[in-house]
Amino acid sequence: MSPTYFPGCTLSTKASGFDASGRAVAQSLGMTLDELAEWQCCGATFPLTTDNSMALIAPTRILAKGQNAGGHVTTLCAICFHVLRRTQNFLSAHPDMLERINWFTEEPYEGRTRVSHFLELLRDELTWEGLSSRVTRPLAGLKVAPYYGCLLLRPKDEIGLDDPDEPHILHDCLTALGCEVVDFPYASECCGSYLAASKPELPEKLSQEIVASARRHGAQAIVTACPLCQFNLDYPQKTTFSGDTLPVLYFTQLIAVALDLEPAAWGMEKHYVDPKPLFA
Amino acid sequence: MIKRALVIGAGIAGIQASLDIANSGYEVVLVEKEPSIGGHMAQLSETFPTLDCSQCIMTPRTVEVGHHENIKLYTYSDLESVIRDQETGDFTVRIRRKAAYIDWGVCTGCGACVEKCPFKVESLFERGIGPRKVVYTLSPQAVPNKPVIDAENCRYLQSKWDIEAGRVPAVDAKGNPAKPKCGACAKFCPIGAVMWDQQDQIFEEKVGAVIVATGYDLFLQSRLPEYGGGKIPDVVDGLAFERLLAASGPTAGKVRRPSDGAEPKEVVFVQCSGSRDPERGVPYCSKICCMYTAKQAILYKHRVHDGQAYVFYIDVRAGGKGYEEFLNRAMEDDGVVYLRGKVSKLFREDGKIMVKGADTLSNRTVEIAADMVVLATAMVPRTTNRPVAEMLGLAIDDNDFYTAANEELDPVATGVPGVFMAGAALGPKDIPETVAQASGAAAKVLSMFQKDKQSAIGHKP
Repeated sequence: MSPTYFPGCTLSTKASGFDASGRAVAQSLGMTLDELAEWQCCGATFPLTTDNSMALIAPTRILAKGQNAGGHVTTLCAICFHVLRRTQNFLSAHPDMLERINWFTEEPYEGRTRVSHFLELLRDELTWEGLSSRVTRPLAGLKVAPYYGCLLLRPKDEIGLDDPDEPHILHDCLTALGCEVVDFPYASECCGSYLAASKPELPEKLSQEIVASARRHGAQAIVTACPLCQFNLDYPQKTTFSGDTLPVLYFTQLIAVALDLEPAAWGMEKHYVDPKPLFA
Repeated sequence: MIKRALVIGAGIAGIQASLDIANSGYEVVLVEKEPSIGGHMAQLSETFPTLDCSQCIMTPRTVEVGHHENIKLYTYSDLESVIRDQETGDFTVRIRRKAAYIDWGVCTGCGACVEKCPFKVESLFERGIGPRKVVYTLSPQAVPNKPVIDAENCRYLQSKWDIEAGRVPAVDAKGNPAKPKCGACAKFCPIGAVMWDQQDQIFEEKVGAVIVATGYDLFLQSRLPEYGGGKIPDVVDGLAFERLLAASGPTAGKVRRPSDGAEPKEVVFVQCSGSRDPERGVPYCSKICCMYTAKQAILYKHRVHDGQAYVFYIDVRAGGKGYEEFLNRAMEDDGVVYLRGKVSKLFREDGKIMVKGADTLSNRTVEIAADMVVLATAMVPRTTNRPVAEMLGLAIDDNDFYTAANEELDPVATGVPGVFMAGAALGPKDIPETVAQASGAAAKVLSMFQKDKQSAIGHKP
């Protein structure tokens, strides 16, 4: 059963390049990604209080829609993935909360929708060998630093995608594309997250450190799976950054290049630091 | 009842308990798994809060144990079984003395074999700071001062066993019978003490009381991936730093960082590494780390005058005689900078270790480019606590430390008559507390042995 694709708000607006490249890559790899009908926001944060039923309603609605559309929802956005997977885990462990939300939404959710991240599908279903065999324009010699951020990996027990302390899922993906993967110590540091809205100077400072470290380790680009990480690392480079800049790409964009798709499918129009010269 | 005691473990707790019992005129069977006695205290440089040399204050006791006519010492030995006779309350103990491949009966401890052995391996005793030879004693002051051959890494024994098992051709390329390689120790031993065919030996002893003093281990750095997971050479644990500070250690007491032998000018100490962390580590306080970190920072400063020590702490627990004063000395006399907060992560960059932490008093994040980092990793129970507890019928707590039947009023007694315990096997504790507990356990054994005398006094007309 092919999964239903949940783009989420950011991928429909600011991160449309992530969405476009993701869809193009999926199609080229023969993985059908039908968009979930009538979706709304995932809630954007997983509630940190133990009794916050209101905050769980939005993601539960998506899970319920996913249940009616085949029972498997996949995302590209690390934040949506984080919220949906944790909500799913929480509801499995708390049937009383599920009952309460169902009573409120009147959209009965049975609690069994599978939530996946597109990286997971590449790893577990297509496999890295499978991806590698489809590469027609190997990115040999391109030095990229995988940047994981927090939400894709943590908390480990609930997300379970990879080891947050020594993650390698992006490493493996980029290696399959022929890239030279650059390790750097800030790969799973926080980017500043939503403080970009309330205290922009904080992500600006973090961005400076993260980008500078990736550069010091020889990277020509940073690769991420999260639209907020992308924004927080990319935007300050245009505005407050002192030093050499570094393009910040989505992993799907690099796959699109490696599969030799049309540049229109790369979705590289909205970056603050233009990544296109890397592929000229 | 047999008036003879078994003491399991010859660290400072086992040594103290054995001496107390032996000096009262009763026989003690003391079993130690390592080749020599002294336990972790033999690894320490100096002790807090007096800064006494650890080896120096312990050596009179280890020597006394080695020579005591009432102490029967089994080193390099494991406990096979302890069976309690329900009728008499006596214990039958089976002890396996591991093959040392050296006849200790004739060995004079001259050290020629150690000197001539051409192979070095990592030493657990030196905690990665320095190597040891394949034939070795733990330290120059070892009691007994008899070496053992580490069969797993011994070229001669391995090649001998390969030939015997037919894993290599029985004749070499020239048609001569294959011979084991090396054998340097045997060649240079002036009295022929090397015994290649020595086997493990089983001994049986009968005792009327048992003291469990099996000590502790340290929380493994591999469980702290945010602190490098043990993969950064210049991030070491507290015991490794003790070896760096110890005059008898691999660097003769000079502070040299493991990666390149340079003198570290900025050293960061991280307290509560793995302890007080119910989510990812152990929930309890490791108790001794505040004090030994202060001690190590002071000693570091005494060795490296232009160096700077930093200590990250959650809060400082200095409850003991002279402890708070000692801590103030670290801050005031030796300029150790105490930062209240946790270190979130550290990593290597350009030969430095970048330490990222928080100072919750100034409400700021702190980043220190350190030359070396010392993790005050938690004291944890030995993995053998569980099997030993099962063997003797003892209770262990949620963390696998032994637990007394009455923690408040009878802290060294177990639920099994005749079995007592002492030291860090019950939970984290420092040397004075360990020794006090060991004497307590010994007193319990002695009062058991002297029950008949007490009642005689009690019935005086």
